[in-house]
Formats: sequence, C-alpha cells, structure tokens
Amino acid sequence: MAYKNYILVCAGTACESNKGKALYDALEKEITEAGIETEVQLVKTGCFGFCGEGPIVKILPEENFYVKVGPKDAKEIINEQIIKGRTIKRLLYKEPGKDSPSDDIGFYHKQFRIVLRNCAVINPEIIDEYIARDGYGALEKALFDMTPDDVLEEIKASGLRGRGGAGFPTGTKWGFSKAVEADQKYVVCNADEGDPGAYMDRSVLEGDPHTVLEAMAIAGYTIGASKGYIYIRAEYPLAIDRLNLAIKQAKEYGLLGDEILGTDFSFDIELRLGAGAFVCGEETALLASIEGKRGMPVPRPPFPAVKGLWGKPTVINNVETWANIPVVLLKGSKWFSNIGTATSKGTKVFALTGKINNTGLIEVPMGTTLREIIYDIGGGIDSGKPFKAAQTGGPSGGCITPEFLDTPIDYESLHAIGSMMGSGGMIVMDEDDCMIDVTKFYLEFTVDESCGKCAPCRIGGRSCYNILDRISKGQGEPEDVQKLKDIGQAMRKASLCGLGQTASNPVMSTLKYFEEEYRAHIEDKVCPAGKCKEMLTYTINDKCIGCTACARVCPVNCIDGEVKKPHTIDQKECIKCGQCFSTCKFNAIDKG
Amino acid sequence: MPENKLTAELISFIEEWKEKEGNLIMVLHKVQEHFGYIPREIAFEVADRLDVPVAKIYGVITFYHLFRLTKPGKNQIAVCMGTACYLKGGEDLILEFERLLGVGINTVTDDGEFSIEAVRCIGCCGLAPVLTVNGKVYGNVKTKDCKKILAHFKGK
Repeated sequence: MAYKNYILVCAGTACESNKGKALYDALEKEITEAGIETEVQLVKTGCFGFCGEGPIVKILPEENFYVKVGPKDAKEIINEQIIKGRTIKRLLYKEPGKDSPSDDIGFYHKQFRIVLRNCAVINPEIIDEYIARDGYGALEKALFDMTPDDVLEEIKASGLRGRGGAGFPTGTKWGFSKAVEADQKYVVCNADEGDPGAYMDRSVLEGDPHTVLEAMAIAGYTIGASKGYIYIRAEYPLAIDRLNLAIKQAKEYGLLGDEILGTDFSFDIELRLGAGAFVCGEETALLASIEGKRGMPVPRPPFPAVKGLWGKPTVINNVETWANIPVVLLKGSKWFSNIGTATSKGTKVFALTGKINNTGLIEVPMGTTLREIIYDIGGGIDSGKPFKAAQTGGPSGGCITPEFLDTPIDYESLHAIGSMMGSGGMIVMDEDDCMIDVTKFYLEFTVDESCGKCAPCRIGGRSCYNILDRISKGQGEPEDVQKLKDIGQAMRKASLCGLGQTASNPVMSTLKYFEEEYRAHIEDKVCPAGKCKEMLTYTINDKCIGCTACARVCPVNCIDGEVKKPHTIDQKECIKCGQCFSTCKFNAIDKG
Repeated sequence: MPENKLTAELISFIEEWKEKEGNLIMVLHKVQEHFGYIPREIAFEVADRLDVPVAKIYGVITFYHLFRLTKPGKNQIAVCMGTACYLKGGEDLILEFERLLGVGINTVTDDGEFSIEAVRCIGCCGLAPVLTVNGKVYGNVKTKDCKKILAHFKGK
C-alpha cells in the first residue's frame, strides 16, 4: 500500500541527542490523534549530514526540508503540512545572509553520495528498505555471476583506496590475503573511529549498517574467509545496536550465516568492542585488541593481510571503504573510476566542523577543492573573520592554508602540502584560533594515546608537548623551533607504527606555515590570536560606564568598582576566563 | 560498603563467552556496565572464571581509557574534548565545572554526587561544544550554562 506522505526524521546521533527522539514520538502521537496512520508513514532515517541544523525532517513527496525542528513543531507539521498541504515557511532552511528560505540548499549542491547513498533515505532498522535500494544485490551478483577472481579484478580496476587515511589500494590488499593458503582467514571492519572531529563511520553504521555487512561478506567470498569481525568503539552505542539488529535480520534472511542464498558459501560476523584507545585504529594494534589483549602494535611486515588475527590472513578495511564495495560491484569499476582524480577514485566523506556556517557530514568527489568545500558547501566562516587554516587528518595530519584553497583534494595533493587525507575530519579555523594552541591540543592527544612501546613516540611526543606547553606560556626559547623540527623528524623516521610516525605532523605542518606565529610567542611573548591564556591580560579602559555587568559575571569576583564609575580588574586574582570580555557591551575591556 | 559480587547475569555472560577467543575485553565491558567500574574483587573472580592471570586483566584495564578502577560519581559529567569542541571552548567548560564543584578532573565530589571527565570525540561535532551528563547530550553549551546543568542533576 502506498502512503500519501512520508515524513523522514533524522535519527543520527547529533539529531537524536538534540530532542530528535522526542520529536519522533510527538509526530507519531499527532499522526495517531489525527487518525491518518494509513496515509502517512513516519520513517526514522540515518544522518542527513546537515548536523549543525538538526533535528532535520524531510517531507515526501513535497521534498520540503525542515531544519531545527522541535517536538513542539509536530502538531503544525501534521495539521498544516500533511493535512492541509501547506509548506511551513518558518521551518525551511535559510541560507546565511539571505532573507527568504528556499528548498535549494547550497550545502548539498556539490555533494555526490556513494558512501552515504542510503543515509537519510532508508530506515536503517529495516532490512527490506536496504534491499529495496539494491541492497545485497552486489553480494548476489558476486555469488552467482562472478568468481572470486572476477570480484578481485573488479575491485582492483576500480582504483578504490583505503579510506581510513593511508590510502592503500583495497584490491591489492585483498589480493595478498587471497594468495595465501590457510585453513582460516578473517575479514575485519575497522570501526574504531578515533580521530577527534571525524564521525563519518558512525553515521554510516547508524544510517546504513547493512552495506558494511554486505561488503564484508563479498570480501569473505573473494579471499575465502568464513568469519568477520567488526571492531567498533564502545562510545557508539546507537551504532552497536543497529549493527546487532542488522546482523540478526541478515541471518534471518539467509544473507549471513551458513550457506548464504543457498550456495556453499558461509560467512558470519561478530562485533568486538573497543575500549577507548586511539592506537587501536592501527591495524596490528586493532587485531591485538580483538584478541582481547592490550592494543599494542607490532612491526610490519608481516602484514595482517598475510599474517593477522590469530596468525591468519586478515583483510582489514575501514567502514567508509566497505561502504564503497557494493556500489563498485553493482555499477562497475568503470563507472567508479570515472569519478575522482587520476590517482584517487571515487568520493570522500568529510566531517566539516569548526568555525564554519554549515557544519556536518559531506561527501564530495575526490578532486573537489577546499574552496568549494568551505565556501560553497560550508557556507563560509561563521564568525565572518578571515579563514586561517583547515586541519585535515586529525592528530596525524596538518594544516591547509589559504594559499592552497584551490588545490584539488586527493591523497597525493594533500600529502604534497604536508597534510594528509586521514579519516576525513576537516576542522576549519579562523583568525581567533592559535596554531600553537591547536598543535598543543593534538600533541596532548597523541601523548595520551601513545601505547608507550617504542621510545621515539613515547619520549619524542612528550618532549614536543613540553616545548609547546612552554611556548604557550610565554616561556619559549629561540632554539625551541629547531628542537621541535629535530624531534619531529626523529619521530617520523624511528617510530614503530603509524601513530608515532605521524604524531609530529601537526608540529611540522604548523612550523612550516606559521613559523611567524611561533616566533611571536617565543620572542615577543604575544599570542596573536589571543588564545594562549597565560599571555593574556584583561584590562578595563575608559569606555567603562560602570554598568557592573562584568563584575556580576566574574566567577572569581576580581572586578571592583562603584556603580556608574569605571571598574578595575585585580590582575592577581583574574583567571582569564574572558567572561567579562564577552559580556561587556561597551568595548570597555581590552584583551591583549 | 557491601562487597561486590558477580550477579547471576554476569556469571552466565562469562560462561557464554568463556570459550570464545578474545573474550576478556567484552567481559570487562559487561562488568563495568553493571558496577560503573571494575572492582578489585570482581577482577579476581573474572580471572578465576576465565583462567587468565590477574596481571593480564589489570594490564588490559589500565591500557584502555574506558575502563575505570574507581567508582564514578552518581552523576557523570563528560565534556567532549574532540577538536571541534576544543576549538569552541570545551576546555573552558571543564575549568568551570572544576571551579563549581571544587574538584579536579577525573575526581568524584566528596558527597559522591558528581564526577567530571574529559572524553574523546562523541561525534556530535555540529553541536560543539558538547557534554553529556549520564549519557544525555547537551549541545552548544556555554560556561554560564554549567551552573544550571549541575542544579538540574543535584540530589536526583
């Protein structure tokens, strides 16, 4: 039976945690009260990507796209939109700087969705909806129309490369495992998304869990494995629930388990939870963790593809990589390899965050420029201040500065300018962000996450952090810059695993493009961005009219003065929280 | 304080996983889900039942950030310190909570009501800065909101 209207409600983590669940319940209640259950279907979908504007509701067939919808809007949506067919203008998205809303949203213009194709389209908790969108069609095609060699050739020909960061050709990896003779082989999904500021894996798992299961089964068929593991962060409870449900449904449909679709191919998938260790994103550490041990990396070779989980050949791919596989098989390697640049095929999902108008999850063809991402999709810098840098690759990556805005983004071009693709976190920074502060943040992260096994990472990371900490406190010395470069180089060359080898990238990259800023901190003892607290002083100037607003917000009561007379800040007591600065309406507080 | 004991549910979970390879982390998750942390006496019991050395269990517990060795507060405040949240003032939120509660990070208040911790990216970067209290997410939090949040949970 066809419904007259469909109401898609985003059930991704960002929207759900923003009263999305209450909204869904309210809509359900209104539908029941209006007695139109048979005419309207309420659909809980995966992430729309436009997380900064959530919770998001889309009405079909009208294609009305409502943003920042709350539970209190439910009644109006049912009464006005569904029953009377009138668009609710106030809920439509308004582009920054425009007066009237439109359905034509710049955020989606340059996007091209392969990985996120089903997110925000299907209900991830119902397998039939996945199947209706050609789901499990690729597995069927592989099992009945292709030999394992055919599948491997197709993946190789597509040019697909690992989306976890390093960009290793997926087909080549599978080929290694396939070539090894072994009584048991494994297929592993790396869903230990640890890069702070990246959440595309989470959105895929929450919005389209079956695509990962299907892809893993295809890999199992190709390399001759019967067992798969999904290693997922324990911090992602919603994704874990949806995966468990998806596995259960797939087994009931005979799409996982013994003798899949009546063939003699059997494949089973189990979940294993991470426990908060960034290093477990490194594949050998991840395998150690699945085995229930401390997640410490081991030297490669042998590579896991040859000798992995419990010593058996193991193919490990990242969630985003897996999500590409069914599409490659269904649409063909030729179609896929037409998208992207000469060396990087297909699309890349980025988590666009930071000082930008449209925060959210975006998927663009490889080769899209940073300018298109930040200004066309992201809608520009939210503070209206000049763009300073975009950070990609998280704690292992580097900065892209304004001069590279027009560089087409792919694995090679990012590497050439001292950054990396990474898992796809893209953090936009403006003038108010201090590069030393940001670098210190990343180093603090990697120092904390270093497993401590090898000295270059354990000691080098700590030394770099200590130097950065000194610099941020105005105690830097002129030779610090060279010291940082030397330690950074040593870490790159001598660390055991990817974590240590790349941990100094944020330092090297900011030193390369922002050495001036380092010099300002070290020689002039000034933080140009006004971020490094120890170098800041807040003083009250003669514009003060004595409104007492600052004294009232000061958490440590260090602002004194009579009403209607200029106030003063007791510098000894001041904790430099900046609340007075942001409260003052008269520009009477100087920061510097 | 009564001594912690394995519940029937935990025992059957351990039995179910006993023969599976790589079971330790999954068992520890289940234990922590029940107790909020991994009590020492339970770690010994798990060691017995899984037949692994206690040293190995502690090796795993101390390696991973998520596992706790001490009981957290009744209300757990977790401030996201992912990059986006950091840039938008996550650290200021931690400082404000520390000031309001009078305890440092990863510590429980004397009355056992609150504990505060910094956590890794929870994947709500669009709402930065973000924090959770007992799993409930608060987005776009400002330092002046911290007081209200505490008041909401105090004594509940």
